[in-house]
Amino acid sequence: MIALQAIEKRFGDTPILRGVDLTVPEGRVTALIGPSGSGKSTLLRCVNLLEIPQAGTLVLGALRLDFRPGAAPARRDVLAVRRQTGMVFQNFQLFPHRTVIENVTEGLITVGQWPKEAARTRALELLERVGLAQKAEAWPASLSGGQQQRVAIARALAPSPRLLLCDEPTSALDPELAAEVVDVLAGLAREGMTMLMATHDLRLARRVADTVVFLDGGTVVEQGPPAELFARPADPRTRRFVQTLLGEGGA
Amino acid sequence: MPHWLDLMLQSLGPLLEACLRFTIPLTLIAFALGLSLALVIALARLFGPRPLAALAWTYVWIFRVTPLLVQLFVIFYGLPSVGILIDAFPAAVIGFTLNIGAYASEIMRAAIASIPKGQWEAAYATGMTPAQAMRRTILPQAARVAVPSLSNTFIALVKDTSLAAAITVPEMFQAAQRIVAVTYEPLILYVEAALIYLVLCSALSWLQSGLERRLGRYGGYLEARA
Repeated sequence: MIALQAIEKRFGDTPILRGVDLTVPEGRVTALIGPSGSGKSTLLRCVNLLEIPQAGTLVLGALRLDFRPGAAPARRDVLAVRRQTGMVFQNFQLFPHRTVIENVTEGLITVGQWPKEAARTRALELLERVGLAQKAEAWPASLSGGQQQRVAIARALAPSPRLLLCDEPTSALDPELAAEVVDVLAGLAREGMTMLMATHDLRLARRVADTVVFLDGGTVVEQGPPAELFARPADPRTRRFVQTLLGEGGA
Repeated sequence: MPHWLDLMLQSLGPLLEACLRFTIPLTLIAFALGLSLALVIALARLFGPRPLAALAWTYVWIFRVTPLLVQLFVIFYGLPSVGILIDAFPAAVIGFTLNIGAYASEIMRAAIASIPKGQWEAAYATGMTPAQAMRRTILPQAARVAVPSLSNTFIALVKDTSLAAAITVPEMFQAAQRIVAVTYEPLILYVEAALIYLVLCSALSWLQSGLERRLGRYGGYLEARA
């Protein structure tokens, strides 16, 4: 079970999340959509505790963390949550001083204490899966944005996380490069990877997501299967937002 | 053979001996200790609790705004008045170490702070502890940013060790002074000493570009910060 309950997050006096409840079904893909400032990235970052909520509960398998204002969760719990989640960032954030394969083995060796050879074998499998095995020894700076993001996906998958978080995984990419990343994510979805992604890429949400959650002003406005939510949004705010996305020439 | 060349060749032995026995060891020891101190000070200023950060700031401030020669005099000639007697060579090591520690900590602090926040987050998302993130992700990238400035500090230190002559360390410049005292040939001897510093420091700056190339082999420096 992966769930967020009554999550509240403020930056200073500005409330970003106002009591968000969200269950992420395992083996499914959940996409968070919403205008900028709606809190979708913050919500995603609360799941692996890059942001610590002031109130609410995070349930991740056997782990249950209750948040209180001013009380940081135990270091052990934070690391346990991060070891069960992988994250893909909008701007890739590969380690520039490590080769492609070292980027993938880094967490396995440093955090997971894997033996070097086993880590390399695992990394090559994953690079194969994202179609970049031939780039294993390249430096990240020599890759296109789409290739970098695929390496970032392989890095995030390396320790076999229970949940893959993707923060706007295609927003920094040209459409044709975004397409190769969407293909990889769609492949993972078919294999039953549990994913939670923040996106305003309609093509990505339509093709990959089982459930789309529309956030506005730090609360969940409505959720449903993409076909339904995009075609017949119930709430006027959702309708307006979907129209602007379509108007942008997405789809 | 002209007189000046003869004198230079005769003096080369004593000068090089002083260089090998004092100038180079003093430089290497003070730089190694100074860098270690600088890292501690930089981390204290960036991540330490407030009183510790303030203490580190005060140290850096004092050593950057007072002359190195005066610092050496305080340590070697001043401290005996309060009962602290330190031999010339260790006094020089302490003085140069404290001076390098202050300057290099500023370089390191800026280099560490220049690594984008996203790199910390990527390391944390991988499950690293703050110490692991620092060691595996931030410091290697910061090193590349800091190396050109630290190399300059190192080359400056080689030259500054000549100040140790003033606190009786028999390093190369003092060896030259001693030969001048008996030959009355200041121009020839001091030019010779200058030439040895020139060769030494030129070799170091050549090594520096090699090190920068090696650290820069992963490319993408400008793209990463564009």
